[in-house]
Amino acid sequence: MGYINKQRNILDFTLSSLGRRKGKNLALVAVYTFVIFLLASVLFFTHSIKKEASLILQDAPEMTVQRLVAGRQDLIPKRYIDSIRKIRGVQSVAPRLWGYYYDALSGTNFTLMANKDLKDRVGEIIIGSGVSWRSGTGKGKKAIRKNDIIPFKTYDGSALPLKVKGILSFSSELVTTDLILVSETDFRKIFAIPHDHATDLVLQVRNSKELATIAAKITQRHPDTRPILREEILRTYDAVFDWRGGMIIVVLSGAVFAFIILAWDKATGLSGEEKREIGILKAIGWETSDILLMKFWEGAAVSLSAFFMGTFLAYLHIFLSSSILFEPVLKGWSVIYPHFRLTPYIDAYQIATLFFLTVIPYTVATIVPSWRSATVDPDSVMRM
Amino acid sequence: MIHLQDIRKVFNAGKPNEFVAIKGVNLTIDSHGATALKGPSGSGKTTLLSMLGCMARPTSGRITLKDREITSLPERFLTEIRRETFGFMFQQFNLIKGITALENVMIPAYPKGEKHVSLKKRAMDLLGLLNLADKALSKVEWLSGGEAQRVAIARALINNPPIIIADEPTAHLDTRLSMELIQIMRRFKKDGKTLLIASHDPIVYQSDVIDRIVDMRDGKVVSSGDVP
Amino acid sequence: MFERKSDIFFIYLTVGVSLICLIFLDAAVSQRLDREAVRERREIVRVLTLTDLCLFTEARYTRHPTMADLNTPFQDHPVSLEHFPSGAIMAVPPHLKTQMQR
Ligand SMILES: Nc1ncnc2c1ncn2[C@@H]1O[C@H](COP(=O)(O)OP(=O)(O)OP(=O)(O)O)[C@@H](O)[C@H]1O
Ligand SMILES: [Mg+2]
Repeated sequence: MGYINKQRNILDFTLSSLGRRKGKNLALVAVYTFVIFLLASVLFFTHSIKKEASLILQDAPEMTVQRLVAGRQDLIPKRYIDSIRKIRGVQSVAPRLWGYYYDALSGTNFTLMANKDLKDRVGEIIIGSGVSWRSGTGKGKKAIRKNDIIPFKTYDGSALPLKVKGILSFSSELVTTDLILVSETDFRKIFAIPHDHATDLVLQVRNSKELATIAAKITQRHPDTRPILREEILRTYDAVFDWRGGMIIVVLSGAVFAFIILAWDKATGLSGEEKREIGILKAIGWETSDILLMKFWEGAAVSLSAFFMGTFLAYLHIFLSSSILFEPVLKGWSVIYPHFRLTPYIDAYQIATLFFLTVIPYTVATIVPSWRSATVDPDSVMRM
Repeated sequence: MIHLQDIRKVFNAGKPNEFVAIKGVNLTIDSHGATALKGPSGSGKTTLLSMLGCMARPTSGRITLKDREITSLPERFLTEIRRETFGFMFQQFNLIKGITALENVMIPAYPKGEKHVSLKKRAMDLLGLLNLADKALSKVEWLSGGEAQRVAIARALINNPPIIIADEPTAHLDTRLSMELIQIMRRFKKDGKTLLIASHDPIVYQSDVIDRIVDMRDGKVVSSGDVP
Repeated sequence: MFERKSDIFFIYLTVGVSLICLIFLDAAVSQRLDREAVRERREIVRVLTLTDLCLFTEARYTRHPTMADLNTPFQDHPVSLEHFPSGAIMAVPPHLKTQMQR
């Protein structure tokens, strides 16, 4: 009981003492909250994207085979299909037809893809929700609805009006927002792709353990091809949003530097006033350990406040406001940007890491410099 | 009660600015009395008080407190002795600014883990005793010199120490307030406390509270004797 | 009752801890609510044989990072700097760094 009373007594004093420089300490908490907010936002965002990708891309094609010509992906001749199908373990091979279409009217890039279900429905398209509100005519004010007509421009400049027969569900936006599904006939008409060519091939195999062997056989038979395994697709999204990569490291290092400045400010010493107070406390009977305890509470109060607030605000930011602050960065040059609401996947381990990387160092940085002052001879107080 | 034996204090030993502040002092201070240390400025009163109060160690010599050798005790024990045995009043009151008078009085008792309610009550009682009850929740920098002094006294008393050490307690007070302080001292003495006061203010050392005057000069005790 | 600063601080800490718990709770609930939508997305991926998330539509290699060919880093010019913001956000996919020899 005495122990708890002591903690509370000392905490009382710490809080009174913090309250004296209210403005400064609140500013400190605010800055630190912002740093943690940024860190946590990045962690939440990347973790959720990674998790989402790993969940929904589980049913991506087991293997995609593309052909490279002069270092660029090129159309793949359909005769490759037969030779690949003959490889042991291959269950099915299907050609895919897809590409990018620039819509001059709205200034937007869409992903155009031929779809099996539209095979016999020439002249019809199904669009993603991003397409529907983006390509509306007349300054894009009105969203495109079912049975509207979108004029496409073919390779030779002639117009090809296609009728919207469906809009892909809003909840699938994360994978379909810029997608336009067309019939194979129309696809070839727009891009003038010869009938014996496809964009790439997708494979299904009997036993996924054989994927690597099959891939090796394909490259052996067709050295100009490049197989991409589903496992690589999944790994890509893990790596692309890795915290060590790209912009994330910029945000992180910014935050870390901000933190170092804070900690440095703390560590390079106490003001004369603070030293004086430590001297007084020692003289009137506080032990060195009591003073360190006080400093511990001081660091903990500031950094815990910042941690709780920063983490909570980051959660609101990423999952309720759809990363509104990151949007300009994430959008970049994109004209179509999915308005997806991320499903909040959070990792307790990550939050714990954040805790240990923010609260602990700050608290330590508060305690350490007072160590020296806390061991001064109390008699200096007699002459102050 | 406190026994000093051949105490020396050297500042900056071995350096060009070496200075011997106390040059071999032998002194015995009995319980339940008021002792005044007097002497000109720089004679070593404050230095001697800080060693008596376990704030600093002598360079050589021995100090015994209630038959306990304290010169060689580790820091931790010294702190505890300081807290349990001495109440300090400093030359500059050394209150902690920005917090209330009440909290200032309570601070020395915080590490002891006393229950907040009872501690607060004791602090309020002390402030009441010193006619400061209505100033308890004022910040200390708003207090007048005399009030600040009394807060410092209350703080010195909160741990109920048997010995009270005061360094120039009247330095910032006018005559009326000094007389008031003497009255308070008188009350302490009646309560059985031992008083150790360094002062070159005649109001203090000529008052009838003082039982004994120790006269210092240049780091030495030149005379010490009971007041007739 | 709560006149002491330390009491207020402990209440404040409790609120902080509850906020963190609330985050986990909300995440768990949302995951459950979104389960159907995730299934739907997964199904669309399977049916349409999709390979990528539609996150950045500004360049081929940001729209379909998994399909990016091996020469993507040299796409425009061997010494060109990345000029698409999203290209700077994403790290290079591992399959572009390890060679295609298998
Ligand atoms: N830390 C120190 N380093 C060097 N010299 C010191 C130190 N502390 C005190 N002194 C010197 O020791 C001498 C005695 O100082 P002390 O403070 O004990 O005098 P005092 O009798 O209390 O004087 P006053 O009446 O002015 O308060 C002074 O000459 C002072 O300069
Ligand atoms: Mg002095």
